[in-house]
Amino acid sequence: MLRLEARSTASDWMRLASPPIAVALTILTGLVIFALLGKDPLKGFEVFFINPLRSFYSVTELLLKATPLAICAMGLAIGFRANVWNIGAEGQFIVGAISATGIALSFGSVTALSLVLMVLAGMLGGAAWAGIAALLKTRFNTNEILVSLMLVYVAELLVSWVVFGPWKDPKGFNFPQTQMFETTALLPVLLEGSRLNLAFGFAIVLLAAGHVLLTRTTLGYKMRVAGESAGAAAYAGFSTKAMTWIGLMIGGACAGLAGMAEVAGPMGQLTDKVANGYGFAAIIIAFVGRLNPLGIGLAALLMALFYIGGEQAQQYLGLPGAISKVFQGLLLFYLLAADVLIGYRILWVQGRPSTDSGSPGAASKRST
Amino acid sequence: MKAMSQLRIQSLTKIYPSVVANDAIDLEIQPGEIHAVLGENGAGKSTLMKMIYGVTPPTRGEIFWEDQPVRIRNPAHARTLGIGMVFQHFSLFESLTVVENTALSLPGGESLSALGQRISEVSEHYGLTVSPDRMIHDLSVGERQRVEIIRCLLQKPKLLIMDEPTSVLSPAAVEKLFETLRLISQEGCAILYISHKLVEIQRLCNRATILRNGKVSGTCIPAQETPQSLAEMMIGRDFDPPRRAPNQAGAISFSIHNLSLASEDPFGTNLNDIDLCVHAGEILGIAGVSGNGQKELCQVMSGETLAHDSSSITLMGKPVGKTAAFARRALGLAYIPEDRLGQAAIPAMSLTENAILTGTVTVGLARQGLLDLTAAESFARRCISSFRVKAQGPETAAGTLSGGNLQKFIAGREILQDPKIMICAQPTWGVDVGAAAFIRQALIDLARRGCAVIVISEELDELFEISDRIAVLAQGRLSPAQSIEATSVEQIGLWMSGLWQEQADAQA
Repeated sequence: MLRLEARSTASDWMRLASPPIAVALTILTGLVIFALLGKDPLKGFEVFFINPLRSFYSVTELLLKATPLAICAMGLAIGFRANVWNIGAEGQFIVGAISATGIALSFGSVTALSLVLMVLAGMLGGAAWAGIAALLKTRFNTNEILVSLMLVYVAELLVSWVVFGPWKDPKGFNFPQTQMFETTALLPVLLEGSRLNLAFGFAIVLLAAGHVLLTRTTLGYKMRVAGESAGAAAYAGFSTKAMTWIGLMIGGACAGLAGMAEVAGPMGQLTDKVANGYGFAAIIIAFVGRLNPLGIGLAALLMALFYIGGEQAQQYLGLPGAISKVFQGLLLFYLLAADVLIGYRILWVQGRPSTDSGSPGAASKRST
Repeated sequence: MKAMSQLRIQSLTKIYPSVVANDAIDLEIQPGEIHAVLGENGAGKSTLMKMIYGVTPPTRGEIFWEDQPVRIRNPAHARTLGIGMVFQHFSLFESLTVVENTALSLPGGESLSALGQRISEVSEHYGLTVSPDRMIHDLSVGERQRVEIIRCLLQKPKLLIMDEPTSVLSPAAVEKLFETLRLISQEGCAILYISHKLVEIQRLCNRATILRNGKVSGTCIPAQETPQSLAEMMIGRDFDPPRRAPNQAGAISFSIHNLSLASEDPFGTNLNDIDLCVHAGEILGIAGVSGNGQKELCQVMSGETLAHDSSSITLMGKPVGKTAAFARRALGLAYIPEDRLGQAAIPAMSLTENAILTGTVTVGLARQGLLDLTAAESFARRCISSFRVKAQGPETAAGTLSGGNLQKFIAGREILQDPKIMICAQPTWGVDVGAAAFIRQALIDLARRGCAVIVISEELDELFEISDRIAVLAQGRLSPAQSIEATSVEQIGLWMSGLWQEQADAQA
């Protein structure tokens, strides 16, 4: 009989070490999976983890992939710090992409102005989508986890409708996509010979801003207090409603910006597959990164590697594309397991489980 | 030949990873004896009881039940042996009836109506009046405790453990409880009575075992001791009682006028027509048992909940009934709430970060939305040094401090903001005697510097020690305040059952 016993003190060192340990175990398990699928594990490791880092171009591709992930995850992390559980970044990402596309399709040929408007539209669109969850939570005390998640499916239907219907490219051979944006409605490329664009700059600025917000500002402090203890926040007079609004709006605006960066960057158009699971991957990134901006940056790079590695594995090893999702899942699984072991130790108990739970109330409540 | 002992424990030891909670405890109790276990908070009383009740296993040592060695595996095992326990914090389901709650703790197979009949018989026999069909949330705290006791008695225990049973009771209810306990013991059931209240133990218990720092510091017959000698065994040192300088009350700093407010908590207490005022330089004590509107009154005074009418609360001459907590602080209000770890401090954050919690405006720890971390750290240092907080430094996490030290830090944080009005709830709850004396003195000194102080407490001794005037909060109503010289513990005790109106009518 296995039992978990709380440790009296959790080691700070292990808290920092647990993400790298989780990464190492994920890679090891991945190698076992390659072997079980009849592939050479070393070849698999090379294709999955080394090839995406081989050339200048492939590194810029990695950064490009990490950009929307980092932007999304940073926004989510700020809400998570305040115990605002926005699970619907995927939907906010889509609505941000739709809003930006709307601008691109109507004012796309106007230089500079179109991009500024697209950025604003993307952020507002994402924030408005998250705002629905905030409104319902503060008004009717609904659960933001459920509402934001369900709104993902609404957003997916919405994007399908626009690309199958009103915004479908008339010359697009009936594919569910809009026409390509004009070059004036695309984010400028930062490095010659790559696709890495200005959105990478947004991500760096956002991570820095997130760091300042969380450690230096009164607002960030209030959000951390609200996340640690609702009672303390009420005692200090910080409004939990305001925290819910701010947490969801920041998360939504960041996800919307990431959506804008995707349509105005590597895609250059809106399709029904625009989000590609980035909004959900961002949740994993936020936690792997310990809700800390630097950690989020590193975790976003890692997750981008899984995405690109998965594509490479599809191409060169003939593995299914779901392999990236397997790696994402493994990473989250190992991280959560490592986190449990930081706080608890496993004991092997002989015989039947005792009713002892350590707390007298719980013990006495149990009937014979 | 020596008579059989009901329970004997021999060098029982419990070691937790960070602390030795019980160190070689010996204790013996005869059938029908009422035996006190006396000790300060943290002396190891609860750990000892948990081992006897099978909640936690001992590290070393032996337990003998009716002279036979036993290993008590869990509470269910303890109950089959004949050990019953009434915890300080009740474990009753609020939305179930008395009989349903009782059925949950019994082996089962008995119909609810038959059980209800048995409950009525037991409650009648022991004078524990309670109707089996009432919902728990309708019951007063005293009645809930009776349900817990009845629940134990139904299993015909040979040993009943009572953990701080009077901490939630009014003086009249304590009297009734004692009668019941004496009757139970006369029928041969031994009682282990855990408390830190010396007078109660002297009146009720045949023998006492005194714990200090996890060790037995003495055994005695309480009736032959004085409260002073018992206190010395419990604390192990002398401490100075607070000094009160003469009071020079000034103008009214804070007042409440005709305030009625329904509680947001469905099981809370509604406030009914509250009137009070506090002058600069005085301490107003508010006595009463928790659950009589204490929480609601604190929340409405601090601004966590708002009144319907702005003018019903006045702070330094300004109507603040609809002003939120944050803005009231800026006007000079400070507040030490009852719940240290859930409200007044964030356990996972450092003392520096905890200093910021209420100090952003009054101490200037934030400007234009940015935190001043240097100022926050030096403010935290000031709290630590001037209130003699035992902590490694401002970077220590609040949750690692002992109860008394954390409470001193919180008191320091609030007092050093130089408030004009201070509200504090149960300021010395669960705090060791030395820290309690320190905090009481700090509150007196604060008042003498011109602050108006309101202290809400269950401890009458504490209130009589520090208050200038005293009022009682019972069933959501507040009695008129009496000057401390014009009243007595007996009168306030009587008022705690809500009887001041009748008394006033009788005098009229």
